[in-house]
Parts: sequence; C-alpha cells; structure tokens
Amino acid sequence: MITLSHFLVVGALLFAFGLVTVATRRNAVGVLMGVELILNGANVNFVAFNHYLGLGISGQVFALFVIVLAAAEAAVGLAIVLAIFQTFKSIDVRTADLMRE
Amino acid sequence: MLATALVVAFVAYMVTQVLRPAALASPVGEPGAMGLPDLLFYLIAAVTVAGAAGVALSRNILYSCLGLLAALLGAGALYVLLSADFVAVTQLLIYIGGVLVLVLFAVMLTNRITEVNVSNASFGLFGGFLLFVAAAPVLLAVAVITPWQAKPPPELAPTTRAIGDAFLSRWLLPFEVASLVLLATLIGAVVIARKEIKADEA
Repeated sequence: MITLSHFLVVGALLFAFGLVTVATRRNAVGVLMGVELILNGANVNFVAFNHYLGLGISGQVFALFVIVLAAAEAAVGLAIVLAIFQTFKSIDVRTADLMRE
Repeated sequence: MLATALVVAFVAYMVTQVLRPAALASPVGEPGAMGLPDLLFYLIAAVTVAGAAGVALSRNILYSCLGLLAALLGAGALYVLLSADFVAVTQLLIYIGGVLVLVLFAVMLTNRITEVNVSNASFGLFGGFLLFVAAAPVLLAVAVITPWQAKPPPELAPTTRAIGDAFLSRWLLPFEVASLVLLATLIGAVVIARKEIKADEA
C-alpha cells in the first residue's frame, strides 16, 4: 500500500538533490536546473497532500501556480545567463562578480 | 573540519535518537500484498530520484539535462498516480516542452561543444555530500515519522472542471497577478537577452 509518506520521501529526495546541485555547480545553467528540482520536490509534496488529506482542490491549484512561476523564473534566469555569457564569455558563476561591464 | 565534525555528529544523533526508535516502533507496512500500482510507484520513484541524482552528480551538462528530463517526467507520472491529471499534463507541457527546451537552448548557446566535458565542473563534491547528509535525513525523518491524518484517498475523478472553477472564483486575484507576472517576464527576458545586440547597432 502506497501511503503519503512514500510520496513525501520522493519529494524530500528531489529537494535534497536540488539543494546539492545549487550549492556545488559552477555552471549557471546547472544552478538553474537545481532550482527546478527544488520546485518539483515542493510540487510533489503539494499534490500528495492534496490527494491524501482530502482538502478540496487547493493543493493542485497551488502546484499550478508554482509551475507558472517556475517557468517565468527559468525564462528570466536563462536570459540573464545569456547576458552574462555575452559579457564575460563564460557562465562560470565565480567569474560573474561585477555588476557592470 | 569543525563543520565536518558537527555534521557527522548531527547525522549520528538523528540516526540513533530519532530514526531507529521510529523504525522499531512503527513497522513499515505489512509485507506482501504488493500489487501492480505499488510496483509502478516504486519504478517511477526510482526513475525520478535517479534523474535527480544525475542532475546533481553528472560531469557533463548534457547528461544533467537528460537527468532533469527523467526527474520531470517521473514527477509528472507521480501526479498521475495522485489522480492529478490536469497538473500532470501541465507538467508535461510547461516543464518538458518549455523549461527543458529553454535549458537545452541555453546549454547549446553558452557551451562550445568541444569543451562540453569540462563545462559542468562542480566544486566541493565533499561539501555537497555533507550538505546532502545534513538535509536529507531531516526531511526523510519528518516524512516518515509524523503520524499524518491521512484519509483513504478518494476514487480517481477528473479534476479539470474543479480546477477551472477554483481559478475563476476563489483564486481569481492570484490568477490575474500570475498573468501580469508572465507579461513582465516576457518583456524582461527579451530586454535582458537583447541588450548586447542593441549595443552593437549603436
């Protein structure tokens, strides 16, 4: 029998791997991938709670909002990455240490 | 070294004081009676977690992208198992069709393909491992130990109509604000990414 805890464990592992990715990557695109993993871990938790606690539909609505904001974050983040690449000729996050050109 | 010792001591404390009594107190389910849905869940969860691990540990950023694909697909399949059909389709359309393609574009545009093998260097694999063993046990302990007041899940039913009603009645203001955010994102992304071309024209 699959219970709520099983899904929460998957969400927790997604979050932990995303945290490690954000903390250890030097590549800015890799850091953004870690953020996507973290948001997905939260989303799995939202939908699992919505299913097993029987509180209407609000959990799924919140998951949809998270998906929308994640898409917006990815678009802006990758545009910034491209701008940084054009300026510094690298997307190593350690080299991008200036706020001006 | 002090931080390392602190983390190791913390994990040892968690394992001995929290996880082991809980594991002894509550037998994890009854053995046997493992049907097809259970097997399906374990398969999908394995794919999801393996994809996430690939994102975190792969040396090649293209393999990281493939790991992200596996993780996102697995999460979508988990939504199907949780009877959230609309969220699952949205995950497929927006994450796989939008975000992942965007990430792949960024990878292809910012990496010279010949040096792609060294382009995903990660520093402090040891530190990352420490971070993982510091973060994961807490979350896993909370997920496993807490006595959730779970009701028997309702039977599978389509959710699209309910979600549409909720969006246009109770969540109307966040819905409209989200559309504003998307408009601002669209304009902002274009402005940020086109900056260099304008400088060339001037």
